[in-house]
Amino acid sequence: MNLNRFLPRALMVPAVVTLFLWMIVPLLMTLYFSVVRYNLMQPGEKEFIGLANFTYFVTDPDFGPSVLNTLLLLGSVIAITVVFGVGLALLVNEPFPGRGIVRVLLISPFFVMPTANALLWKHMMMNPVYGVLAQVAMFFGATPVDWLTDHPLFSVILMVAWQWLPFACLIFITSLQSLDRDQMEAAGMDGANALQKFWFLTLPHLGRPIAVVVMIELIFLLSVFAEIFTTTGGGPGNESTNLAFLIFKQALMNFDVGVASAGALFAVVLANIAAVFLIRMIGKNLD
Amino acid sequence: MKHFALIVRTLFAWGITLLIVFPLIWLVLTSFKTEQQAISVPPQLFFTPTLESFREVNLRSDYLLHAKNSVVTSFVSTLLGLAIAAPAAYSMAFFRTRRTRDILMWMLSTKMMPAVGALVPVYVLAQTSGLLDSLTALIIVFTLSNLPIMVWMLYSGFKDIPPDILEAARMDGAGVWGEFVHVIRPLAMGTLASTGLLCLVLSWNEAFWSLNLSSAKAGTLAALIASYSSPEGLFWAKLSAASLMAIAPIVVVGWFSQKQLVQGLTFGAVK
Repeated sequence: MNLNRFLPRALMVPAVVTLFLWMIVPLLMTLYFSVVRYNLMQPGEKEFIGLANFTYFVTDPDFGPSVLNTLLLLGSVIAITVVFGVGLALLVNEPFPGRGIVRVLLISPFFVMPTANALLWKHMMMNPVYGVLAQVAMFFGATPVDWLTDHPLFSVILMVAWQWLPFACLIFITSLQSLDRDQMEAAGMDGANALQKFWFLTLPHLGRPIAVVVMIELIFLLSVFAEIFTTTGGGPGNESTNLAFLIFKQALMNFDVGVASAGALFAVVLANIAAVFLIRMIGKNLD
Repeated sequence: MKHFALIVRTLFAWGITLLIVFPLIWLVLTSFKTEQQAISVPPQLFFTPTLESFREVNLRSDYLLHAKNSVVTSFVSTLLGLAIAAPAAYSMAFFRTRRTRDILMWMLSTKMMPAVGALVPVYVLAQTSGLLDSLTALIIVFTLSNLPIMVWMLYSGFKDIPPDILEAARMDGAGVWGEFVHVIRPLAMGTLASTGLLCLVLSWNEAFWSLNLSSAKAGTLAALIASYSSPEGLFWAKLSAASLMAIAPIVVVGWFSQKQLVQGLTFGAVK
């Protein structure tokens, strides 16, 4: 056996095998759990029950609201981060005093762990009496808002958007650096105003990074959990329960593995819709 | 006119930036206050700083334990990940076959699985194998979930090494191993370091798995901070001090790995 031919393949084995197991084992287990009766608190035979878990999950009164909350959370955070991200990136793309420091400061919230982020907002910002937002409201003579009780989903959206805006912004800044300066200048010479330059040159250039940001956030934000777990606990009622939190509740609070697995398959299907497009786009870029 | 535009731009950029990082500035200020000052009305901007909260947080034995857990899980999972990913990336970058592209794309696709989709089976596996609330479980999960990003980043890094250098080494009769030790290794140190750094950040901040798979024994700092939710959340100065110690090192590391972050999290789709 030729060592120089064999070795390169052997080097790939650990990564390929572990990733294959990481992909296939949970998937098969989820598929299996989703069609059996399986409660962690009731040991015994796992009896085949067909699609009963799916029916149960879908008819759960929390299911509809949680899907709606998931979509609202995804849509709002993506809209906020893309729109403000593009604006901010354009703002700091031109030179001004302290640009380097501004860029470093801007990216910071992305590196704050989600639980610290959530509690920072829950207590120091959104506390209805001592929180900064309440103090600002009182300073202007308005009535302070109890954010987490009265607008729980909006509060969670705010926390998550605060974390992901820097990410979107950073990607747009990176992309703007490869924008053709000569073309911009030529357009300016030809009498294009700032708006026209933005619409016909900058925005098309940003099309691809925007698509990438949307899809990556879609995949990551489907699993938003820590922010809800540490602040609202999905409540009040089910007002801030998303799909991830509902699955967590079924699995680790009701111990119903079967129903939770049925729910997890929904999340996987949702993510795969985004993933197909993302993978195709990355694939085009590969060679 | 041009001068005016610059002033407006500067004011805007600084104003918005300070607004966005204000919660962090507030966190830093609060961590140096006493508990009374932390909840004073109106909020105090100027005060005599005290290290009392940091001292108290550090005195709690569970803080040190969780900090240790964070260090162990993030460093071990990063090193383990590098050990598995580097050979694979090396092989794909320098010994391309027809299937290399497919394998890379498939590895990416495993990262597209939302964490919540794997929660139930991973929890059940951890429970039946007695690994619930153990560092081992966290290390395994962190390593696996970062692996696709690591392979990808290392692959793009290795590919940037000019093939001429390798040709020359092969002409001189170096085998796969000699090539690796004498030619690739010195050139690849930068890529290895930046990949490791990014994974360190991701593992350190990981909250989904640490909240679900660990509690008192193997909890990381992300899980400890969550325990301040209530009723201890009332002690804002201590919460701030604990949070600041947990996030400061990683924010600083993050500042230095911005470029790698863009490349790693977008799988090279944005240049």
